[in-house]
Amino acid sequence: MFDIQELELNMGPQHPATHGVLRLVLKIDGERIISVDPHIGYLHRGTEKLFENQSYQANIPHTDRMDYVAAATNNQAYVGAVEKLLGIEVPERAMFIRIILAELQRIASHIVWLGTHALDLGALTPFFYGFREREMILDLFEEYCGARLTLNCMRIGGLPCDVPEGWLDRVREFVELFPEKLQDYHNLLTENRIWKLRTVDVGVISPEEAIDWGLTGPPLRGSGVQWDVRRALPYEVYDRLDFEIPIGNNGDTYDRYLVRMEEMRQSNRILEQCLKLIPEGDIIAKGVKIIKPKPAEVYFSVEAPKGELGFSIVSDGSDKPYRVKVRPPCFVNLQAIETLCKGHLIADVVAVIGTLDIVLGEIDR
Amino acid sequence: MNSILLGLVVIPLIKYLVVVAIVMTIVAWSTWAERKILGFMQARIGPNRAGPIGLLQPIADGIKLITKEDIIPSRSEKFLHLLGPILVFVPALMLFSVIPFGGESTIFGLLKEPVTLYVTDVNIGMILVLALSSLGIYGLILGGWASNNKYSLMGGLRSAAQMVSYEIPQGFAIVAVLILAGSLSLVRIVEAQAESGMWFIFPGFIAFFIFFVCAVAETNRTPFDLPEAESELVAGYHTEYSGMKFALFFMAEYANMVLVSSIGTVLFLGGWLPPFPSVTRGTMIDLPLFWFFAKVAVFLFLLIWFRATFPRYRFDQLMALGWKWLLPLAILNVIALAMLKLWVFA
Repeated sequence: MFDIQELELNMGPQHPATHGVLRLVLKIDGERIISVDPHIGYLHRGTEKLFENQSYQANIPHTDRMDYVAAATNNQAYVGAVEKLLGIEVPERAMFIRIILAELQRIASHIVWLGTHALDLGALTPFFYGFREREMILDLFEEYCGARLTLNCMRIGGLPCDVPEGWLDRVREFVELFPEKLQDYHNLLTENRIWKLRTVDVGVISPEEAIDWGLTGPPLRGSGVQWDVRRALPYEVYDRLDFEIPIGNNGDTYDRYLVRMEEMRQSNRILEQCLKLIPEGDIIAKGVKIIKPKPAEVYFSVEAPKGELGFSIVSDGSDKPYRVKVRPPCFVNLQAIETLCKGHLIADVVAVIGTLDIVLGEIDR
Repeated sequence: MNSILLGLVVIPLIKYLVVVAIVMTIVAWSTWAERKILGFMQARIGPNRAGPIGLLQPIADGIKLITKEDIIPSRSEKFLHLLGPILVFVPALMLFSVIPFGGESTIFGLLKEPVTLYVTDVNIGMILVLALSSLGIYGLILGGWASNNKYSLMGGLRSAAQMVSYEIPQGFAIVAVLILAGSLSLVRIVEAQAESGMWFIFPGFIAFFIFFVCAVAETNRTPFDLPEAESELVAGYHTEYSGMKFALFFMAEYANMVLVSSIGTVLFLGGWLPPFPSVTRGTMIDLPLFWFFAKVAVFLFLLIWFRATFPRYRFDQLMALGWKWLLPLAILNVIALAMLKLWVFA
């Protein structure tokens, strides 16, 4: 008369912890997870197809809207790919400013990750503390390019404009202030017993599995693989900057947490060096008004806050790309969710979503 | 005949209505206080639109909730869906009838004969408190189950498991106090603290710790707010509730907070007794009600502070904490205090 069956639970697309419109179909036994099936596409806008219908320059704003919490690194990856296609040399000053924008963006993106991750695990306060500092970064962005979120702050061959007067000093103020604030976040969470209970040994992935799934960014480094595009395939002037690549040991949620926290500190160090080293000069390469690359195919990737973000562009000699394929870090990282969640409880699914740091705008494109 | 009616029905009824009015006021403005304090701790402002520094916010919230549409999910058990919030709310309010807010008083000479500042003094007061406070769990389970929603069901089940397992160590913590006081009557417990000249928090600080942890768990507050863990179970058992029914759950949570704070005050912090009787005697602040509510406020502040500080436990960790740590500790503490009572105080 009675038979036991697994409960199928729809988590999302409208759910407070799925960071947007991710839908997970969970099969659960009591509260234990048997399988996780991510359903994506609720935010699909056909970005890759849109790229084919517009000129190379006009595509930059589309990249803002992929990973909308880290627009600067998206711009950086796209313009980098087009520059590689054209073989343009970017002026040095422009490269430094790009790195400043990208590293500020990395800190801002990690702050959003920290806030939402902690919020999902029940800690309210880091969210508000973090957003206070993120606000300062967004103000800097606004002052530079007028936008706070969808920045559109880079151009093929350089930058749209030089930095406003005094902007670098305000960046320096932030750089000097930030370590103290970062310590505040550490104080709230790092040695907190409950935080450790919730994250240590949750969502463990071995280095081999992480590589097999194609994970990049903090989820890969948390497992102890020292792979960072900034160091492995240096672009712009990263090879002249001194920074460490933090890695974890166990590949659990807590290690990924520590990796990202340390990355914020390292980004701050990079900013410090950039502010010292930045030269005077042009901000855009000469002769990039009309862009008509020869038929070719390139792949160029940068280290976005969430992992390796790559653009693969095929040109057919016209002023529009023939095909653009994006390699989004979140999409690839999300694949591992079942491996990370299996055998854990419902509460851990939330921790795993948080630790993967996904943005649906980038997954669905 | 009339005097019996007056003594047994009319006066307690008036007293009870006054108590309910006071408690509901505290409940309403503790939501305001919570939001203000959280705002302060989290570097933001908190409510500041309705009235000066947002003081009218609870009234605005109340109007909003009353005028909201009451959505009943399709294919739900309508009667049980209604019964759930009532079963949670009513016991929480009923229990205030045995809480002693003060001893005898003429209320600044307004009355000719002194009245007692509590509705009734039952000689099994503490057992009544435990029994009635357990009743609220039925409301959570019924509400969660009747909503026809998997998240609600899991929220209801979680809260049932949580409250049942935390009642046991809490019960043992209370037993420790009962041993010290030698009575189940809440009034007697306070008087015993006055007689021994020492609040029971001092001999029973372990019991106090256990009681407080369990109180946080029983009121479903952070870090034990799993039944309504918004990031996992959307809103737990009250996911499918809106309007006034939701408000009942909400008020019941705060009423329960005030209730456990009051019980904690009575059991461990000497109820209405002033902290330094020799200093405050005859002065302006020699007011039992003032001291009682000041102590309750300390408890409430701690509960709010916790919410700003801690992440949330996971369900299995919560159960492990209750059964593996608090319960053995509580039992050992009872034995230790019994020996203390037998050999030291006797």
